[in-house]
Amino acid sequence: MQTETKSHVDQLTSPAGHAVTVLRFEGDIASTSRDAVLGAYQALPKSTVKLILLDFTKVDYINSSGIALVIQLLIEASNSGQKVYAFGLSAHFVKVFTMVGITKYAGLYPGQAEALAAL
Amino acid sequence: MSERKTTNVEVRLPSRMGFEKVAMSTAASVAKLMGFREDRIEDLKTAVAEACINAIEHGNRLNEKLSVGVVLSAGEDSLEVKVIDDGTGMKKQPAKPDIDRKMHGEEDPRGMGMFLIQALVDEAEWVSGSDGRSSYVRLVIRLDKEQA
Repeated sequence: MQTETKSHVDQLTSPAGHAVTVLRFEGDIASTSRDAVLGAYQALPKSTVKLILLDFTKVDYINSSGIALVIQLLIEASNSGQKVYAFGLSAHFVKVFTMVGITKYAGLYPGQAEALAAL
Repeated sequence: MSERKTTNVEVRLPSRMGFEKVAMSTAASVAKLMGFREDRIEDLKTAVAEACINAIEHGNRLNEKLSVGVVLSAGEDSLEVKVIDDGTGMKKQPAKPDIDRKMHGEEDPRGMGMFLIQALVDEAEWVSGSDGRSSYVRLVIRLDKEQA
C-alpha cells in the first residue's frame, strides 16, 4: 500500500563554491523507507561529503516513522561532522518538522536555489 | 433545543502498515465536504494516519486477522474521528519528544505519533474499553468561525 521510496544522489556546487551532495527522495517516507533514506545516506563517502541537501520535492507522505529515519540520518551526519539542510517540503511538513524540532539541526528552505544560495 | 445533525462514515482497515492512508484519504474527503481549510485538512490527515498506525502496530500488533475501525462523525461545526483497535489501550501517555535527547542518543528517534496527534487536532483522548479487549482514540477537529 505504501508507495515505494526512491532516492538518488546528485553532486552540485553552491554559488559560494562548496561541493554539495543532494539526496533526492520520491514517494512515501515511512517505516519501509529505511534503505532509501538511511541506506542512501550511509553509502555516501563520509570523508568527502560535508554538505548534504535533502530534496523532498517529490514526497507526498511522511509519517512519524519516516521522520524518525530523518532524525537518525541527522544523528549520523552530526556524528560525522556533516551539515544537513532540506528543501521542497510542503507547508504542512515544514510545520511538522518545526514542531518536532528538526529545524534546530537541519535548515529548511523552500527550494533548491534558496538552499544552495545559503550554503 | 435544536436537533444537531451528524453524518457518519465508517471504514475498516486491515492491520497492515500502509492502509492508514485509506483512512487518511477518507477523512480528508469528509473534511473537504464539510468546508475545512486545506491546512486543517493536512493536520487532520497526519493525525488520522498516526492514530491508525498506532492502532495497527501497537493495538492490533500487526495481526492481520484483526481490523482497525475508523468512524468519522461529521457534525455541524466539527468532525470527530474514532480509531478503534483490539488492544488494551495505553497505561500512560509517553513523554513529549525532545529533539536534543534524540540527537544525543538519550531517547528513541521514534515515538512522535501521539505528540503529533495532540498537536494537530483540537481534542484528542485515548480510551480503554471496559472489557479490556478494545480501545480507541477520539480526535476532534473544529471548523473555524470564518470557514463554517
